[in-house]
Amino acid sequence: MPGVTGTAFVIATAAKALLFFTLAMLCVMLATIVERKIAGFIQDRSGPNRVGPWGILQVIADGVKNIIKEETMPAEAVRPFFLLAPALAIIPATILFAIIPFASPLPTSWGLVEMIVADVPIGFLYVLAIASLGVYGVAMGGWASGSKYSLLGGLRGSAQMISYEVALALSLVPLILLAGDLRVPEIVSMQQTFATGPPTYAVWFVAPLFVGAFLFFVSGLAETNRLPFDLPEAEAELITGYHTEYSAMKFSMFMIGEFAHVITTGALVTVFFLGGWDIPFWSGDNIRVLADGTVIGDPTWWKTILTLGMFSLKTGLVVAVFMWIRWTLPRFRYDQLMDLGWKFMLEAVTVYILVIAGAILVIESAGMEVGPLYALILTAVNLALAALLFFVMDRGTIIKGAAHGARYQARIGSRETATPAVPLEEGREARQHAR
Amino acid sequence: MPGDVKVVERLQQEGSYVRAAAKGMGITLRHLLDPNKKTQQYPDEKWELSPRMRGTHRMAVHEDGRAKCVGCGLCPTVCPVNCIKLVPAEDENGERYAAIYEIDEFRCIFCGYCQEVCPVEAIHLGVHYENSEYTRERWVYDLERLCEQDHPVTALWDPSDPASE
Repeated sequence: MPGVTGTAFVIATAAKALLFFTLAMLCVMLATIVERKIAGFIQDRSGPNRVGPWGILQVIADGVKNIIKEETMPAEAVRPFFLLAPALAIIPATILFAIIPFASPLPTSWGLVEMIVADVPIGFLYVLAIASLGVYGVAMGGWASGSKYSLLGGLRGSAQMISYEVALALSLVPLILLAGDLRVPEIVSMQQTFATGPPTYAVWFVAPLFVGAFLFFVSGLAETNRLPFDLPEAEAELITGYHTEYSAMKFSMFMIGEFAHVITTGALVTVFFLGGWDIPFWSGDNIRVLADGTVIGDPTWWKTILTLGMFSLKTGLVVAVFMWIRWTLPRFRYDQLMDLGWKFMLEAVTVYILVIAGAILVIESAGMEVGPLYALILTAVNLALAALLFFVMDRGTIIKGAAHGARYQARIGSRETATPAVPLEEGREARQHAR
Repeated sequence: MPGDVKVVERLQQEGSYVRAAAKGMGITLRHLLDPNKKTQQYPDEKWELSPRMRGTHRMAVHEDGRAKCVGCGLCPTVCPVNCIKLVPAEDENGERYAAIYEIDEFRCIFCGYCQEVCPVEAIHLGVHYENSEYTRERWVYDLERLCEQDHPVTALWDPSDPASE
């Protein structure tokens, strides 16, 4: 069945855009209540449960409250930018949905409708381009508020998001090496049928690119300003940072933007590493639409619904992990954050690209076709790399003190008043003795 | 880092992040899946109150509905925060009664002295809370309102052990 063309294409695209935007906003609403529920459960509370069944109407109550609250405008604020910032926070998060394939193509009487708003040939680059726009809302909101707290939050936000963007982009390079295409639906198809010849097994890239998935996930956490990377907000230090001065619906816009960003990142993790809308252990959903419009497979409407459900399930799980992490890990200190971003993630991801590129080169020059064994070798390489990565991360790389090691020793040695440093082992013995 | 920040030198294994984080995630997961939530669903479930809990006042009444108060004036005297207003009067039979008897529950510290001092066991504290009002005036309970209260009265001591031994 050929794809839709002409007027039908325009109408189909508009309908998809409207549908997916509505779905995304509904998911954002749902995410706020799920976040509060998970927060409650983790702390042995019940979470909101008064408004509607299981408290599900709480989001509507919150929305109504935010709309009827007073809009404040600080005297020091720069009005145009102050008004623009919440919009800039929400737009990049929502337009990222455009290149995410949600489900298998839907056959209609006008032609085959692909369940993706914009199937651009460079979808992957679009992700990187739009993801970097998210920083403008934070930085602009922080600066335009005319408040010191907000400014600090905005500065931290811009520094953090720009730092982790490098790792975010680079962690996807091995994915491109493996998928061999920048089209996002093609990346999904590649995971469904990991073979050049006839379809064999589904290989979700989380296995052969485990380290890449991990690094992407961590950078994604940093990009969305979620704990443990929520320095721009930092309630305890900056009284919610860049949106300190925002009230009512403008504040709500920042929140919607953050949750939309979380859901988008969850969807990206799903699409890039968890097989997108692929239903595991079933080859009936292996429907591939090539760039020239050729369709391989057998699209039906119920497959579209099933795969949409699968996609939502996977995305929901990733988002739940985001929230689980948020309510577990404490915030990094600023220098730890920068150290992790520039001195650890960047190196790790660069080495990783080299190793994976080398591994792929070796495998392919050995004449091996893309297939299960290919994936298995890469998985083994990744597990070894992951073990190494976690070993290094676990050895004081992240939470060491800021002024540690030789620099610190040199400085306290140069001061006359400095107390002589007790050798570590002796100190431990003394402590244990005292105990 | 600026200034002389004291930084504790840690052993390598004490600077663990991955294992520590994984352990923390395990703990939160256990609590996440634990169905036994600690929240008390307050308006639906309430605390079991002690019989000695001192709350809203209640005036004991005779069988004909008159308050038992004889207007002796002991309770406003003993009250440490002056929250009781009493104007005694005498009827045609020469019996004293309280013409005006008001307790400002907002001001009351619920010490229970009034109940303890009352010679005719008229004024009592009660095992009752949840008395919110929209205005402060509504917090001043007059005699009629005090007589209308029907919650259990406070036991000032354990009846089986009156001397608190």
